[in-house]
Amino acid sequence: MTQNENPIVLEARKIAKYFHDPATIKVLDGVDMQVRRGEFVSVTGKSGCGKSTLLYILSTMDTDYEGEVLIGGRSVKGMKEADLALIRNEKIGFVFQFHYLLNEFSVLKNVMLPALKLGRLPEKEIEAKAMEKLRILGMDGQALKKANQLSGGQKQRVAIARALINDPLIIMGDEPTGNLDKKNSDTVFGIFRSLASDFNQTLLVVTHDPEFAAGTDRIVEMEDGRILNS
Amino acid sequence: MLRRGLISGIAGAMLMARWRQSLVAAVGVMFSITMFVTLLGFMTGLNDLLDGLILNRSPHVRLYRDIRPSAEQPLSKDPQYRGSYALVESVKPNGNRMALYNGGAILQSLRQDPRVLGVAPKITAQVFYQTGAIELTGLINGVEPEAENRFFHFGDYVRSGKAEDLSRVPNSIILGKGVADKTMARVGDIIQVLTVAGDRVPLKVVGFFQSGLMDVDKVQSYTSIGTARKLLGKDNQYVTDLQVKLHDITVAPALAREYAKGFETDAEDIQTANSQFETGSSVRSIISYAVGITLLVVAGFGIYNILNMMIYEKMDSIAILKATGFSGRDVNRIFILIAVRIGVAGGAAGLLTGYLLSSVIDQIPFNTAALPTISTYPVNYNPKFYIIALSFALITTILAGWFPARKASKVDPVSIIRGK
Repeated sequence: MTQNENPIVLEARKIAKYFHDPATIKVLDGVDMQVRRGEFVSVTGKSGCGKSTLLYILSTMDTDYEGEVLIGGRSVKGMKEADLALIRNEKIGFVFQFHYLLNEFSVLKNVMLPALKLGRLPEKEIEAKAMEKLRILGMDGQALKKANQLSGGQKQRVAIARALINDPLIIMGDEPTGNLDKKNSDTVFGIFRSLASDFNQTLLVVTHDPEFAAGTDRIVEMEDGRILNS
Repeated sequence: MLRRGLISGIAGAMLMARWRQSLVAAVGVMFSITMFVTLLGFMTGLNDLLDGLILNRSPHVRLYRDIRPSAEQPLSKDPQYRGSYALVESVKPNGNRMALYNGGAILQSLRQDPRVLGVAPKITAQVFYQTGAIELTGLINGVEPEAENRFFHFGDYVRSGKAEDLSRVPNSIILGKGVADKTMARVGDIIQVLTVAGDRVPLKVVGFFQSGLMDVDKVQSYTSIGTARKLLGKDNQYVTDLQVKLHDITVAPALAREYAKGFETDAEDIQTANSQFETGSSVRSIISYAVGITLLVVAGFGIYNILNMMIYEKMDSIAILKATGFSGRDVNRIFILIAVRIGVAGGAAGLLTGYLLSSVIDQIPFNTAALPTISTYPVNYNPKFYIIALSFALITTILAGWFPARKASKVDPVSIIRGK
């Protein structure tokens, strides 16, 4: 692999973060990290080591930190809420432990929402694209069902399709298999693996599942707000 | 375009997901708008009726000669008592001339005044109606029926017969309903009238008059102005009152002062004569508005509650919308839009049901001897109330949606997603 020559899509520089309630605790202590294009990186560590906190800072949703985050080479420090929302919309796909599909809408519409928000393509094209993403995940047969008619594993696959819709720079996952049984976990991991290998998709996944982490390109291990290896 | 459609689509979906509660909120708005429109329509209808009872029939400016004591008393002529306070006044008011000086000329110049819509001359004469051995005191108004009709709705209050008959039938009279009942007169009868000067004049009854004010109907009757002059034995210049109707009622007090000075006579404007009516009307209007707005505010709290509940329920949806790139402003718009939709739907339905309820009230029979011109409850359909109602509905719903929407836009997606 020649990943070391690939451009850096996500970079963290000296990230520090404090929780103030009930007492001031340093959760992250000068974290430096880089993710290159096409890399499948997992972040592991014990509960409370700060791995999720780091992910949400990198995702631009948490803006209360010290240091700098660069997405696609651009610093997002001090940007306005609406601009950050636009970056998330365009450049980042999310898969959480819980699927967060909107029950009011069909599976297809759920996948389309971020692209409709971006508004770069006409609705017809977005629909075709959403169907294609669902096909990749083997969910095209369920496209017109309501989100709450699916099983847990299916919902998570739809959530991945939603993360893919805007062809993001990076997909971030927070325990994406945490709520799933063994079989579905394997399916989701298989999807992530093939996204990285076959579509050269960059992925950054926080997990405490050693088996999941073992299958990724690189494991970032954290303890007490610091990165151990790297 | 696409984005606006998207926001509205999401708002619509959330509204439909909780359609029962949304419906209840919309019905709340509908109910308050219905009551607002109906209440104001009914109240204004009544106000107009009651005001019309007096104000429509009153001249905007009335020119007349008041009875007053002579300004020059003997004591004031004596230089010895100059500057002293006169307790003895021996020269009493002189009632010989009730007529306006130069009535014809004043009438002419009034009719040429561009601010004046019309002038109706009138003669009032005190008489006795004779029935059997008793003489009833009465007051005869000599009028020009056509002018009186046009400017003061005289015809509306003539129950049997026609106002125009006064000028068609010589020596005719339209009796007040109370007078007619007491004298047992019917249309076509001849009634004997005694003037103050002692003349007995037979007049033919051509109709009855019912003003809605009992005391007036027991005393007053109408004849043509010519008959009244004959009754009093006066020439055809004689007139005691000039009733002026203006284009713009608000200038009446100023014009009354101007005429009083210019024509050297007494002048009374409608505002001074009937100030209590305007006060009553405006107080009734204020009460109606207060009740209507209170209802709307209550409905607003309903919307506020529904939206608050919706936000707690849809916390996950808000979080994921924000995570996938919807800004706080987009989320804010979604919830404002939900509130506005509830308001518009409820408001529009309320206007319709308000109109229907008003028409139902309009059909309810309402017969009273005091108000001869109407047979059902009076309702005013002024579009102004409908516009005010809809604007208030929109303002309250937007306000009610404002705070929940602000809260929704401030939701921190991290705390929701991590809190799972």
